[in-house]
Amino acid sequence: MKKRVLFMIAILVVAGTFWGALDNIHPFGDVPVAPMDDYYIENAQQERSVNNVVTAVVFDYRGFDTLGEAAVLFTAVCSVLALFRKGREGQ
Amino acid sequence: MTGNAPFLVVGIIFFLGLYAILFERNLIKIAIGISLLEASANLLLIVLGYRSGGSIPIFTLAGEVRTMVLPTPQALTLTAIVIGLATSALLLSLIMLLYRHYGTLDVREIRRLRG
Amino acid sequence: MNPLSVVVRTICDIFTWFIGIFGIYIIIHGHMTPGGGFQGGAVVATMMAFLLVSHGGKKTLSFAKPGLYTAMETIGLLVFIGAGLFGITTTFFFNFLAGQGGVFGATVPIGPNSGVLNSAGTISIMNMAVGLEVIGGLSLIILYMFKGIRLFDNAAESGETGHDR
Repeated sequence: MKKRVLFMIAILVVAGTFWGALDNIHPFGDVPVAPMDDYYIENAQQERSVNNVVTAVVFDYRGFDTLGEAAVLFTAVCSVLALFRKGREGQ
Repeated sequence: MTGNAPFLVVGIIFFLGLYAILFERNLIKIAIGISLLEASANLLLIVLGYRSGGSIPIFTLAGEVRTMVLPTPQALTLTAIVIGLATSALLLSLIMLLYRHYGTLDVREIRRLRG
Repeated sequence: MNPLSVVVRTICDIFTWFIGIFGIYIIIHGHMTPGGGFQGGAVVATMMAFLLVSHGGKKTLSFAKPGLYTAMETIGLLVFIGAGLFGITTTFFFNFLAGQGGVFGATVPIGPNSGVLNSAGTISIMNMAVGLEVIGGLSLIILYMFKGIRLFDNAAESGETGHDR
């Protein structure tokens, strides 16, 4: 019971900080200035000859992120295979 | 404040997920709460990169475009979605093995039957 | 799981091909339209869940080949790293094929256009590699989690349980 009260207080504290952050964030639909994204949108077609700017960012400008992501997926698949491997019935 | 309604939706989803993690006792419901937290993080990234009146950042058959939304948050969200999928698969597998070992999904029961 | 009724099985037999073709379309048009390797791979991997639900475990597990999916996943990841490594003379993940002509190197006109299929250099190759990896990985996850359900059956010899007709 004491733990539930503690959790409720923690949720209220987090909600208060969230409500305070809502005043400082920029308004919806009004991005201040984004030089990097404007560069991507203007130069993706002539530098990389690709129409889809999101794909250009994912696979080219930030390809290293995608490498890590593919590694994460590979690791997760290996973990699931290791958890459900044969021979676990005996344990 | 009404202009910030999408941020408010992010907050509502976030706190629903937090409530599910802290107060639910079924492991499947806790996994659903973690998925809700991931969804709120993805929605926050998408909402942060929106320009009013902007179209998707794809030039194929785009027509007359004036502004485009920011592509980088969308790319990062794509990364986050795949990582969330991998996390969910691993989480559900572990829950299946816990159920097989203990015969229950209640966290209190699992704590009581520990060892 | 027992197989579902003959109506469901017939409809699933027809529509799995459409799901596969749609996923491959999403993968190879990843640099022109919304989509890409991950999304198309997830769509293709839905095929496995579809077959497991409609045809039941016994028949699907008899023709599904986990070795093939493991090979697809590994080859996809290796091709992805290799395509990034070939541009190492400039930087890692440099797009050395874009705008050079050839199969992958066509240039696109600046501004809104109707799309050129054989453009985008290594981005197209990486889309296919990641699509291959995601197809293999998600199919393996679905298959092995389904096999994990069977571990619960204490009376596995007495036939499968659940899923009333």
